[in-house]
Order: sequence, then C-alpha cells, then structure tokens
Amino acid sequence: MTAPIETTSASAEAQPEAVLAGAGRSQIEGRSLGQIAWTRFKRDKAAVAGGIVVVCLVLMAALAKPIQAVFDLDPNKFNQDLVDPALQAPKGPWGGMSWEHPLGVDPGFGRDLLARVIEGSWVSLLVAVGATLVSVLIGVILGVVAGYYGGWVDSVVSRLMDTFLAFPLLLFAISLSASVQDGFWGLTGLPLRIAVLIFVIGFFAWPYIGRIVRAQTMSLREREFVEASRSLGARGPFIIFRELMPNLVAPILVYATLLIPTNILFEAALSFLGVGIAPPQASWGGMLTDAADRYEADLQYMFVPGLAIFITVLAFNLLGDGLRDALDPRSK
Amino acid sequence: MSDDATDLTKRTDAPATTEPLLKVEGLVKHFPIKKGVLQRTVGAVQAVDGISFDVRQGETLGVVGESGCGKSTMGRLITRLLEPTGGRIEFEGKDITHLSVGEMRPLRKDVQMIFQDPYSSLNPRHTIGTIVGAPFRLQGVTPEGGVKKSVQDLLSLVGLNPEHYNRYPHEFSGGQRQRIGIARALALKPRLVVADEPVSALDVSIQAQVVNLLDDLQDELGLTYVIIAHDLSVIRHVSDRIAVMYLGKIVELADRQPLYERPMHPYTKALLSAVPVPDPRRRQSARASRILLRGDVPSPISPPSGCRFHTRCWKATAVCKSTEPPLVELAPSHRVACHHPENAPDQVPTDTEPLAGTPAEDAREVPAADGAPPG
Ligand SMILES: Nc1ncnc2c1ncn2[C@@H]1O[C@H](COP(=O)(O)OP(=O)(O)OP(=O)(O)O)[C@@H](O)[C@H]1O
Ligand code: SF4
Ligand SMILES: [Mg+2]
Repeated sequence: MTAPIETTSASAEAQPEAVLAGAGRSQIEGRSLGQIAWTRFKRDKAAVAGGIVVVCLVLMAALAKPIQAVFDLDPNKFNQDLVDPALQAPKGPWGGMSWEHPLGVDPGFGRDLLARVIEGSWVSLLVAVGATLVSVLIGVILGVVAGYYGGWVDSVVSRLMDTFLAFPLLLFAISLSASVQDGFWGLTGLPLRIAVLIFVIGFFAWPYIGRIVRAQTMSLREREFVEASRSLGARGPFIIFRELMPNLVAPILVYATLLIPTNILFEAALSFLGVGIAPPQASWGGMLTDAADRYEADLQYMFVPGLAIFITVLAFNLLGDGLRDALDPRSK
Repeated sequence: MSDDATDLTKRTDAPATTEPLLKVEGLVKHFPIKKGVLQRTVGAVQAVDGISFDVRQGETLGVVGESGCGKSTMGRLITRLLEPTGGRIEFEGKDITHLSVGEMRPLRKDVQMIFQDPYSSLNPRHTIGTIVGAPFRLQGVTPEGGVKKSVQDLLSLVGLNPEHYNRYPHEFSGGQRQRIGIARALALKPRLVVADEPVSALDVSIQAQVVNLLDDLQDELGLTYVIIAHDLSVIRHVSDRIAVMYLGKIVELADRQPLYERPMHPYTKALLSAVPVPDPRRRQSARASRILLRGDVPSPISPPSGCRFHTRCWKATAVCKSTEPPLVELAPSHRVACHHPENAPDQVPTDTEPLAGTPAEDAREVPAADGAPPG
C-alpha cells in the first residue's frame, strides 16, 4: 500500500527540521511539489478511478480505427435485416442486443451501436481537447499579460473577457456553422466541421481560463520572489516564463481538465441541434438527436450515447477535482 | 547601560570613510490614489516625504519606525525597485535616481535586498540551487568553479548544508529560508545590502541567530548594510547609526550609542521605552518609565500639519501644529527634527502652552530612573 510513502510526505511537510536533521540519510534529493501532489493524488480513489477511465477513453478514441478493424465493427454498415420496418425498431429485445451487436443496433438502419459509440468518441474528444487547447492558449497568454502588467492592458483584456462571456455563443455557433461553405480554409467535409467546432468552442471558452490565470498572476506578482527576481535585473518575459509560469502550470492543468467535459457537452449540444457534426458521421450528439426522434419505438437507443457522454464527463470531472485537490489544496 | 558594554568596544572601530557609498537627498515617493472609471487621481499616499541620509562604506544603518511609516518604500527606492517621485539618490557618486530598468541592470550586482517574508521571497517551484544560482544566470556571471560550486559555497557560508542544493523551499524552516535569501543576496558580492525587516517574520529564538549571521558576514565580506526594523531591540547590536522614521520622514538620525542613551526626539524616546529590558532588577523602573503612545499612526494620505507627531506627542505646543521642525544637528552627528527635544536645548523655548487635546497628562512620562529605588 501507499502507507509508508504517506508518512514520509507528512513528516517532510510538518517538520522540515526533522528531515534536515537526518542529513545522514543517503537520499538527499528533495521531494518536489509534483511528487508530493502525486502522493496526494494516489490517495484519492475517485480521482484515480476518473483518471483510469479517462486514459481508457483516450486510448479508445486514439485507436478507434484499429479497434474497429480488429473486431470487425463498421459504424456505417447497414443491417436492414435486423430492423423491423413496420415498427421502425430493432428486432429482438433490448434494442437488438446480441453477441454480434453488444449494445444493439440503431432503429433506422441497423448500424452497430458499439461501433458508432467508438466512432463518436474520437470526434467528441478531438473537438473537446482541441477546443480546450485553443482556450488555454488564448486564455493563458491574455490572462498572464493582463495580470502581470495591469493598468490599461488589464482594463482592455478584462473588458474583452466580459464581451466574450456576454456573447450569445449558441446563436453565433449556429449561424457560423450554417454559413461556413464547403472548402473553407482548404478543408472540406468532416475535417472542416471539426475545425469549425474547435474554433467556435475554443474561442468562446477562453475567458474562463483567462480569468483564473489573471487572478492567479495578480496574486503571484505581489509575492516577494518576483521582486527578488527584479532586484537581480530580471525583466518581464523572464519573470513571466521562469518565475510565474511554473506556479501557473498546476491551476492551468486543473482548469483545462475541468473545461474538457464542458466542451464535450457543448459539442454534443451543437451536434444535437444539427450544427455540429453532420450525419452520416457518427457522433454522440448526433446519435442523441437520432434517438430523440425515435424514443417511442426504441427507448434504449437513447441510453447508449447518453451513457457515453455521462461517463466521459463524470470521469473528466473526477480527474479534474482530484488534480485540484492534489495540486492546490488551498483553492477549495 | 551595562549590558551594552561588550559591543561598545567592538563598535568603536566602525569605519568612517568620508565618501558615502549611498547618498540620499530629499527623497519623495507618493503613490497616487485613483478612483472611478476614468482613474482620476484623487490624492496620494505620502509614503516617503523628503528624507535625506548617507550610508558610509562598511557601516550598518538601522532604520526603525512603526508599521506603515514608509520604511519598505524607502528600501525599495534606494534599490530602485520603485521610481522616486522626487529627490536624488547617488550610489558611489553616480546619480541613479531615474535610471531605467536597463541602465540599472549592471548596478544590481552591487545593490542587493533581503526580504521580509521568507515564505514568499523564495519561488516554491524552484530548487535551492536554482534560487541561489539565479543571480549568476541573470547577471550573466560565470563564477570560478562553476555555478553549482559557488552555490554550495554560499550555502555553507550562511550555515546550510551544501548537499541540500536539490531541495525545495517547502522543506526548510523559516530561519533556514531566510538564510537561503541571504545567500542569494550575497551571491554577486554586493557593496550594499538592504535588509527589509529580515527577522520580523521569524521566531524570537531564531531572530538572534540570523542577526548574528548578518553581522558575521559583514565582517567577513566587508558589506554595507541598511537594516530596516520596526522596533529598536532587533537592530540594537548591529547598527552603527540609526535613523528613526515617522510617517514618511526621518525624525532622528544619530550614532547608535547617543541615540540609545540620550534620545532627543520624543518619538524615539517612546520607541526606546518599549524595548524589553533583559535585566529583571531594572525591569521595574523601566516599566514605570514606559511611554504609552496613544492612538494610531495617522494616515499618510493626509498627514498632520507641522510636526507629524504632534497628534500623539505629550510635549506638543502651538508651534508644533503650525511649523514643521527641520532636521538639524543638535549635537555632533546627532540630527533631530523637534521643536522641544529631550536631552537638548529647547528650540522654541517661548512656546510653552501645551496643545489642547494632546495626550499630555495621559502619557506617563516618569524620568528614566537609573538610580531610582526599586519597587
Ligand atoms: N504600491 C503601493 N501603492 C500604494 N500605496 C502603497 C504602496 N506601497 C506602500 N504603500 C503605502 O505606503 C505607506 C508606507 O508603506 P511601507 O510598506 O513603506 O511601510 P512600512 O514602514 O514598510 O510598514 P511595515 O512595517 O508594515 O512593513 C503605507 O501607507 C502603504 O499603504
Ligand atoms: S516638534 Fe513638537 S510635536 Fe513634534 S515631536 Fe517635538 S515636541 Fe513633539
Ligand atoms: Mg515594510
């Protein structure tokens, strides 16, 4: 178990003198805050579970194509023989569940739902992670600059954040998705859709990260180690990258992890509204739309993408909360 | 004062070269107060308001005063972490008052600062090696034997285990962290070290150790110190001269011995009476002569007219309220800004009527009684 490690960490924090007194110990290497956070994280069962699920999801998304090939799962193969055309529902109980189709088939065309969930996972995660990276990039740059330099720079950035937060994002997303023509930015079809979604979601979520980074920067800037650095002749960029950034990595990581599930939901919502990923490409939001049209005939269909979204969002949230507790226990 | 005898002999040879290392004239720092959407300036915090002093090569100048009187601001001005509003700062004869960040950069080797809070002055994400080695990197200096060896030498110099190079600040106690801060300040062999309340965040039991370390390092490295403190007890044994600040002004500036034995400014006297007396036989009389200052320090946004101390001074008269007393030399190298000083001739003997509403009768001012019968 982890017990022996825990005791070392507790004593290292509580009584630095005691550790230093035992200078005869062969191991002199200090325990970084990262190592301490890792010990703390490992103790949090929910976070570890969330982390394991996230790793599995990411593997599933990254390896979607090979998995489909190996297990002979084709997300777009019609199996009209499995669907009852009169009822517009899969033949057989439980939405057509069988050994061949463990999660059943879709009521319209008899496509395998497991294959479609796997296919949807990479779309969902790609859009959510991509959008998060866009937000983090914009949010961190503007947040740090505003927080560190203050004054009019801060005023401008803060107003910008307010504007973006007040923007009717959904309307914008709908109109943009509708108006983007095929062949924009040299992209077509699915890649274009994904690019538009990443841009739209990422571009409007940055103020959430930006505000956190700005606030953290403002409090870090007042710490004496920044002044110490200045008194040695350091300038803005050095202070930002060498002194502030190492202290910002933890909060950025935490809030990025917590932004991913929000973005997954947002992508699903846009696809659900028909302005996200377009059929026949499988996506979780698209499957939900499809299921919503047919819930009277085949209620179970709805649960498949619903559960996929639920589990993913929950896992990312558990992981994010665990990271926050481990990296920054005071922020709660 | 008997308990002082030992260090008096030690300090008599305090070097007193003529050319000052640092020369400050009429230094002013006002922080504008901005209000509203338009950020209009509606006033100013007069943190430092016209102070002049010299720091001589090799000496220790102690600066004392209550919280908020502008000591840290003064320290940040002379290390040029702040831009002065007015006045002049000369370091080794060179005017550095308005040097830009870039022009100041090479001079940073010579002027270093030790900070008050050992918990916020070290970056928690850097190892001790990185922290103490930062001066070399930032100034582009390659020390003999490499950065790592120099850092380890510095760690031994301040009494830390050089093997702890790879440890992080959170693994050290407050006193040890302050030693790390001292090692960083000394890395580039500065000429002048400004220490802003270097021990006030530490346990009383550790304060003396750190003060003694600073003292030893001064002898060893020939350093010049400006040490800031908020009471007179901490710097008693290390200062050669002491400046007493009140609300952004220097009210008394003297060599240590005369200042402790014959304080002239009533505020200095009040500060001195608050210094704990170690000898139990004399404690009784010391308690009797304790001067309790009434009220808080007035706001530096609108300081009192005339002498800024007149709202709390038990000797205040009409002239104190109307006219600001200049800082004048009333004894050899003993300067004081007071109309009615202690231990010196009254500057305005004609004005004797106590100011209405002053705490004259409340302040228990019993003659400091060395020969008074105990009990
Ligand atoms: N950056 C700033 N902006 C505005 N006001 C400031 C700033 N820095 C200091 N002040 C004000 O200037 C005055 C003097 O502050 P300073 O920190 O120099 O006092 P101090 O003597 O060091 O006090 P302490 O013993 O509490 O450290 C205070 O009233 C403070 O509020
Ligand atoms: S000038 Fe007047 S008010 Fe000021 S310290 Fe002297 S006696 Fe007191
Ligand atoms: Mg201060």
